[in-house]
Amino acid sequence: MKRSIITSVCTVLCLSGVMSSAQQANQPDQVQELRHQLLQLRETFERAEREHRQQIDALQKQIEALRQSKPQPASTPLQALPEPGAASSIPPTPGIEKQGWSPADPIRIGGGRAYMDIGLVGTFAVGGSTADDIEGGTQLGGHDPNQRGFTIQGVEVNFAGAVDPYFRANANLAYLLDSEGESSFELEEAWMETIALPANLQVRAGQYLTEFGRLNTQHPHSWSFVDVPLVNGRFLGPDGLRNPGMRVSWLAPTPFYSEVFLGVQNSQGETAYSFRNDHEGEPLFGRQVSRGQVNSIGDLLFTPRYAASFDLSDTQTVMAGASAGFGPNGSGADTDTQIYGIDLFWKWKPSNHHGGFPFVAWQTEVMLQRYQAGSTFDGSYETDGDGSYLPEETLTDWGLYSQIAWGLHKNWIAAFRCDYVTRADKADYEYVLGDDPHRLPRWRLSPNLTWFPTEFSKLRLQYNYDDREEIGVDHSVWLQLEMSLGAHAAHKF
Amino acid sequence: MKPNLTLAVFAAWLSVIPLLQARLNVVATTPDFAAVAKSIGGDLVEITTLARPTEDPHFVDAKPSLILKLNRAEVLLEGGAELEAGWLPSLLAGARNPRIAAGSPGHVVCNQDVPMMETPATLDRSEGDIHARGNPHYMTDPANARIVASHLADVFCRIDPKSAETYRANLKKFLDELAVKMADWHKTLAPYQGRQMVAYHNAWPYFARRFGLKIALFLEPKPGLPPTPTHLAEVIARMKKEQVSVIFVEPYLDRRTAETVARGTGAKVIDVAYLPGGIKGTENDYIKLMDYLVTSVAKALADPAK
Repeated sequence: MKRSIITSVCTVLCLSGVMSSAQQANQPDQVQELRHQLLQLRETFERAEREHRQQIDALQKQIEALRQSKPQPASTPLQALPEPGAASSIPPTPGIEKQGWSPADPIRIGGGRAYMDIGLVGTFAVGGSTADDIEGGTQLGGHDPNQRGFTIQGVEVNFAGAVDPYFRANANLAYLLDSEGESSFELEEAWMETIALPANLQVRAGQYLTEFGRLNTQHPHSWSFVDVPLVNGRFLGPDGLRNPGMRVSWLAPTPFYSEVFLGVQNSQGETAYSFRNDHEGEPLFGRQVSRGQVNSIGDLLFTPRYAASFDLSDTQTVMAGASAGFGPNGSGADTDTQIYGIDLFWKWKPSNHHGGFPFVAWQTEVMLQRYQAGSTFDGSYETDGDGSYLPEETLTDWGLYSQIAWGLHKNWIAAFRCDYVTRADKADYEYVLGDDPHRLPRWRLSPNLTWFPTEFSKLRLQYNYDDREEIGVDHSVWLQLEMSLGAHAAHKF
Repeated sequence: MKPNLTLAVFAAWLSVIPLLQARLNVVATTPDFAAVAKSIGGDLVEITTLARPTEDPHFVDAKPSLILKLNRAEVLLEGGAELEAGWLPSLLAGARNPRIAAGSPGHVVCNQDVPMMETPATLDRSEGDIHARGNPHYMTDPANARIVASHLADVFCRIDPKSAETYRANLKKFLDELAVKMADWHKTLAPYQGRQMVAYHNAWPYFARRFGLKIALFLEPKPGLPPTPTHLAEVIARMKKEQVSVIFVEPYLDRRTAETVARGTGAKVIDVAYLPGGIKGTENDYIKLMDYLVTSVAKALADPAK
């Protein structure tokens, strides 16, 4: 009896053991089976998802194609999509609908509303000076305050826009009144520029302000001062260096900004001041200057430039450049002018500035001019000598300005500038005809304070302390007002 | 012989670099688009942002280093609502990059299909510096972030089709997370429906509308004009009348003015930002920023006005 019980218990135990081990042996198989099924399921699911994705992509492409073929409607607010699982979503109140234009409405042109941006900037000044020769004397710029009283420094109209996918264009027309009340209407700039050429090139062609230094390309309304620095006025002329021409620039593949420019422009005219400019019959550096003519391509004005910029830190940026201008001048048969310039710009702006304030910006430009003056035996104009022989000589003049602007608080800027221009040495003709006031040393200090009620209007109060050798000291005070209408032009750095 | 060999090796190495850098080069004007783009693109995109998160994005300097970034970009993300009108066009003018020129597939206008608020019927600067295409701060509404995210996923898939699956997967993950969070945020702010708050600058209409709040009182008398004593006095009077207890201030704005008003009314000033990174800890993370905003607002509104 006992044996049979033991046997049956053992058998049961063995059987259960065998069964369980068989089950355990089965379990890997089952797991394998399950794993296999899972893999299959996943593959099927992924395949299905891919097909759905492809279908959705195809549908979206169709929608895109339809959307492109239909004319774009004016931006009307769409209803917001319903939120899955959102508790309480307030239905959106529609924004004020843009009304369709009717003939009773004025035509308002602003950024992106027409094929062209139009803006108008009017700059006016009022003030006085102890000097008797303001226009062309203490003030060298054509846009500078030019009289005791009110000056229309300039009313500038700017047109800008994309011409087509290849070019962008920009035109600037300026209306000015001189101190006599004579109007002039100038085409300051009208150029087209490529949007994207291969090899990081860019071409600009038309009438443009030469990229010489920093200030020459800036329009007067973006200056930090009421007037042009002395060195720009003396070497680049009262209206700056600008002429019809063409300019190629190349953005170098360096980790920092590095750009090379080469411009070719006409070398004659009053805006090529130190080149083939006949100065309206007035002598320059003791000689009558004639316009001469262009005999070869070498008689055009060439202006190479190199500019580089580095971010010294998150809050400081520096920009440096070197420029040169080479071209013939009208002083003699085969005389040239060379102007060299170096410009430096440093700006600090904190990472939590408000409206760009506070900031500190420091800008300096140094220029040197070598003017080959032709030989002449002059008896043709009145001097106190009678017909003196002036030999050919090279006149070297140089000058610099340095200005610092401190944006203390939103819309308030305090600035200070020092100007100095002088000649390297006294020229031969000056021994004959006397010191030339266009070459005598002079310096100027100009503190000012600017208030922008908004970015579209400005008031500026500036004091100039002028010290001109052989003339003496002069004081001037100018109050400048400016307004801007229309498209908001983006500022270059 | 030797210089030729080194030159050859160098040239070979240079030619391999573009292959190594297979990441899509994306440049965003502001950090909100950058954060969403990062969520969609993940490691497949290299994102650079032009405006820093703590600065006033209306007035970024058009520095030459930014021109360089645009020159090398394959995709440009911009707001499309003229927030960048003061600096982006000047950068694009020097960028010489056909991939991101206007109209190219790489030039992405992020407010496409986004319902804009406060589009003016007429343009008149006597109203202040208003934006012609509507209030540009649409990313403060997470529903608009959804639209932008889907749009960005489409763009990335179109430009980089071989990684389309990853972009779609990332988009799904982002949208799912956002949906869950939205439910939470609505729940958190549900008790404060209709409560009025004050902001320095009118950058919050989308946020207010989405969460049923009212942010219609501003320290600026008109957009872009600095607060004047007369206007602040009016604001204080209205705040007292309507029991407003919260003032929003962005990191680049004058906190002292807000604090003066707060002292006069017993209200609380809370630091807000509409750009990820404007508040420490929210860098590159849109959801984290919205989370911070919702939690701070709820906390501030929970305290009764004194």
